[in-house]
Amino acid sequence: MTTAGSPAVATNVGRPRLGGRRFSLDWVGTVPFFAYVGLFLVLPTAIIALGAFFDANNSFTLDNFAHLSRSYVVAATVTTTEVSAITALLGAMLGALLAYAIATGNPDGVLRRMLVSASGVLAQFGGVTLAFAFIASIGPAGFVYLFFQAHGFDFYAKNLWLFDTPGLVVVYLYFQIPLMVLVFLPALDGVKPQWREATQSLGGSTWHYWRYVAGPLLFPAFLGGVLLLFANAFSAYATANALINQGAPVLAQQISNGLSSEVGAVEPGFSKALAVEMVVIVTLVTVLYSLLQRRTARWL
Amino acid sequence: MAVARHGIHRTRWLKLQAFRYIVFALAAIYFLIPLGAMVEFSTRANDGSRTLVFWRQIFDYQEMIGLPIDTPTGIIASLELAVITSLAMLVLLVPTMVWVRLKLPRVNRIMEFISLLPLTIPAIVLVVGLFPMYIWLGTNVNDSILTLAFAYIVLVLPYAYRALDAGLGAIDVKTLSEAARSLGARWDQVMLMVIAPNISNAILNATLLSVALVLGEYTVANNLLYNNLQVELVHLGRTNAGVSIAVAVASLMFAFVLLVILAFVGSRPRRIHKEEPATMLASQSITSI
Repeated sequence: MTTAGSPAVATNVGRPRLGGRRFSLDWVGTVPFFAYVGLFLVLPTAIIALGAFFDANNSFTLDNFAHLSRSYVVAATVTTTEVSAITALLGAMLGALLAYAIATGNPDGVLRRMLVSASGVLAQFGGVTLAFAFIASIGPAGFVYLFFQAHGFDFYAKNLWLFDTPGLVVVYLYFQIPLMVLVFLPALDGVKPQWREATQSLGGSTWHYWRYVAGPLLFPAFLGGVLLLFANAFSAYATANALINQGAPVLAQQISNGLSSEVGAVEPGFSKALAVEMVVIVTLVTVLYSLLQRRTARWL
Repeated sequence: MAVARHGIHRTRWLKLQAFRYIVFALAAIYFLIPLGAMVEFSTRANDGSRTLVFWRQIFDYQEMIGLPIDTPTGIIASLELAVITSLAMLVLLVPTMVWVRLKLPRVNRIMEFISLLPLTIPAIVLVVGLFPMYIWLGTNVNDSILTLAFAYIVLVLPYAYRALDAGLGAIDVKTLSEAARSLGARWDQVMLMVIAPNISNAILNATLLSVALVLGEYTVANNLLYNNLQVELVHLGRTNAGVSIAVAVASLMFAFVLLVILAFVGSRPRRIHKEEPATMLASQSITSI
């Protein structure tokens, strides 16, 4: 154990102590934590990563990934990408507007504190309860729908879009907008009023200011927000599943189906391949997001 | 000249204020109506009159989703899971975090990385890896719903870690524990009587976040085929919408009270309030969504 105490070390008085510390038993204190995350975080991840390459007979195969080209998987991937992209773009734009309305107010005001706290709560507010909230309001028995229907505007006249992908967009925006407020507000706070004054003193208009100064500075932060929102929507499951119980149009629902249906027993690797697909997409987007965040941090 | 410039400023200021309040009003409509609608919906009888009958059935909806009347509802399971998860999270995290700060500062980075890792893994993905483990666990050890706590600790890890990290960062862990040790305290006494009281706010934050997350958890429970509160809510929503929404509102109010406590406690220390809750929650909210 104490080989560090070899003669070569004698030249440096500090070394033996260092070496002694290196071989101390302090690390034992971290064993419970690392054993736990090893068992319930690393092991499941490994099960997915490895399991995706094996079939029901435990022999190596790439079929699970080939099965990702099944029409319903492709359809789910496309739908999920569409819903995520639309809610990310809309959420980012509306969230940026809301963040701007907050940022231009009193920085220490009660209103701002309230809105930021509310955004923190609402960005986390998803899942079953959120789906219920929309069913209760604009659902076929919700008072908003009943009100509009009574006044001659039946927005479900053609189809009941709330329980389909358009419904997902309306519902997802509920947590996407507040999330954008949270990530975009710091960037807006970094914009200095002096920049606007400088633009003005050089003869620039409001349009010039936004086009050539604030716009380019805020754009990386905005784009980063879009990507974060995309990843957020892409991996959402509970809200979609509570809202839509027919057809599993979302990739997360396909993962769930692949897990628990007969497919799960016949092709245990299939749901894992689906999971890998989701992780790859979400990770790519998240990495891009953090790169953009770093770029934003340079100026704001 | 000065008057003219003042005038320009004034019109721009007025425009800005108009823009701000229109945005706030629209946001209020979009964000408050669904919440209010749940209360309205859960108190509306079929003939349109007001009723509290759905609210009275909150604790005994078992029959409606086809369970025997004496089975405990998912509410109980979710509450138990919230308690177990929070306690286990504290026991696992606090001593390790203190120990790492004192003895193994180099490990701090690794621990932070691992603790924040669940944020980047969607819950639906984690479930795929947990599925075979829970099958094994169910046949060989125990198939109680309370075993979900194992998975939930992982889900709350990032939130709890950040809350506790902020608390530990605000105190001088090294000096405090060295002082306690030199006065003859055992390690357990250092933890319970010196460190814990000094980071009580952070512990409360971490606990409340964990409770809120566990009570709202659907993805893991549903896919591991356990009936917690949220899973039963979905079943219930398909048979009796009124009661399901009453239960949803009740659980939401409960979580809201917890978050209000969190906001109050969180804003008391000297740290700047506007940074704290935002940065803490400005992350992917994958777990609850």
